[in-house]
Amino acid sequence: PPAHSHSDWIGPPDKHSNLRPVIFYVPPEESALERRLREARQEAQASNQRFWARHNRAFRQEKEEFIYSRLKAKGLEMRDESGQKATLNAEEMADFYKDFLSKNLKKHLQYNRDWYKRNFRITFLMGQVALVRALRWLRRRKKNVE
Amino acid sequence: GLFVWRLRNAGARQIPCRFVHLYHVASNRLITFQYFNFLKRMYVTQCNKDLSQRAKPKPDSIVSPFHELQQLDQEKKDVHRISSVSPVHQSWSEMSSRNGLREMKSASETEDSVIPVGAESKEDRQWKEMKLRLDDLPGILARLSKIKLTALVVSTASAGFAMAPVPFELTCFLLASLGTGLASCAANSINQFFEVPFDSNMNRTKNRPLVRGQISPLLAVCFAASCGIPGIALLTLGVNPLTGALGAFNIFLYTCCYTPLKRMSIANTWVGAVVGAIPPIMGWTAATGSLDAGALLLGGILYSWQFPHFNALSWGLREDYSRGGYCMMSVTHPGLCRRVALRHCLALIGLSTVAPVLNITTWTFPVISLPINLYISYLGFRFYRDADRSSSRKLFFCSLWHLPMLLLVMFTCKKSVLEKEDKGDLPGGSHEMAMEIRLP
Repeated sequence: PPAHSHSDWIGPPDKHSNLRPVIFYVPPEESALERRLREARQEAQASNQRFWARHNRAFRQEKEEFIYSRLKAKGLEMRDESGQKATLNAEEMADFYKDFLSKNLKKHLQYNRDWYKRNFRITFLMGQVALVRALRWLRRRKKNVE
Repeated sequence: GLFVWRLRNAGARQIPCRFVHLYHVASNRLITFQYFNFLKRMYVTQCNKDLSQRAKPKPDSIVSPFHELQQLDQEKKDVHRISSVSPVHQSWSEMSSRNGLREMKSASETEDSVIPVGAESKEDRQWKEMKLRLDDLPGILARLSKIKLTALVVSTASAGFAMAPVPFELTCFLLASLGTGLASCAANSINQFFEVPFDSNMNRTKNRPLVRGQISPLLAVCFAASCGIPGIALLTLGVNPLTGALGAFNIFLYTCCYTPLKRMSIANTWVGAVVGAIPPIMGWTAATGSLDAGALLLGGILYSWQFPHFNALSWGLREDYSRGGYCMMSVTHPGLCRRVALRHCLALIGLSTVAPVLNITTWTFPVISLPINLYISYLGFRFYRDADRSSSRKLFFCSLWHLPMLLLVMFTCKKSVLEKEDKGDLPGGSHEMAMEIRLP
């Protein structure tokens, strides 16, 4: 993002977590409230990034392992004659999906709770910041009129 | 109903036209006809994207490993730049196609795989300023409120209104439709507000406005409040309190029960089916002011319809659901998933037969609707037996035209109000001053 910009910038989705990173703009006269908001957003972003990157990596890895073990059980190799990667059909993968989901359910419940709490807190802070800014703007206009 | 929220929006520019088109239509019949065409067009675009990795060129982003579409993209860029096509474009399209080919090879036969970031359009891979542009706002809000889904919800509500055995009042109808639409917008916005990191990780939903940072969460909540509060107020004060209460309850059910429940237990599907069943009940109560057996029957029909519709759809999304942490029957209890779908297809036949018993329609209704109900039940049975992608797709696409057709037939077989007046059993009236048509 350009140096002179006064707003936040959002980037393309991350390779591992699929979340879009945000670069936050720090205004020179940032109030305490605004700083709390920015820090909350940064913290949430970092935490989300950690969770999803790890989770997606685990998914990909476990999927590979599952495919490998199933193919081995069937007596096939990972790649067939033409060099193409061998795959399992949807019904065979369904066992893996079911297994993965139930294994990670508790992790997801914990993450959901955290995410909802963070989301509400950030939105509430945004509301406070917006209100303060609006009042400041109104006060400034009144001063200009006088 | 609201369950059809699974639809994605095809593109901001297309949405306003469709929406306006729907609202210009006066009678319910035309609404259902439009709804059918509109659905079909939309679904063909969407489901192609979901199920076969072939993408229709979207104004916003192009997700495609196919060569022709890359050329289209290149042409677009040529139009915008005066200079000749730079080497950057060439290498990007090469890389994209290499990514695409690799991705296609590693994709399992019948399942979708997660489309890698590399296959997205160049536009998407740039850093964007998080500044709200006013001329983008309508499109953004349309996508936030899932405007197409809202339109479908409103049309089921108007079906409920039309089926009510009272003389048709235009103002009441319009107020009820508007109120329902606003309530639906609010519920959908809150749903997206809750689901940002999950939506980012699923192919179907990763282009939503909050995921892309086009709008702040605060604005999304404010928008939801500014739609929901007037919507419910309109329903309570302009129509009747019962409809308002149902609307408020439905918003609560969708945002506070269904949305969190999706990640906790498979019971979410049943809750979601209720959410979809309430709009026609709201339409009925808007017209009559009371909860009759007819309202519950219409609700029941929509409730049962949700199951073949959603279960068939979720069959193809198992990988994304598993990775995203969504508890869906298709992942955890696949046998139950198919059984329930079939069960409810058969229930539709039963419900259609009950309609004339409750004096809502004539006896021609179960007769005429039998072929389509039997057809969907047959597809439900095939899905139950075969449990594969093609049977799930067939069932899903059938459900899309089945519902509007069923509602249309129901409307044409509606028992005339005059007939009932002769019999002397006109049900409880509405609050408005009605212009009743009486025979001399």
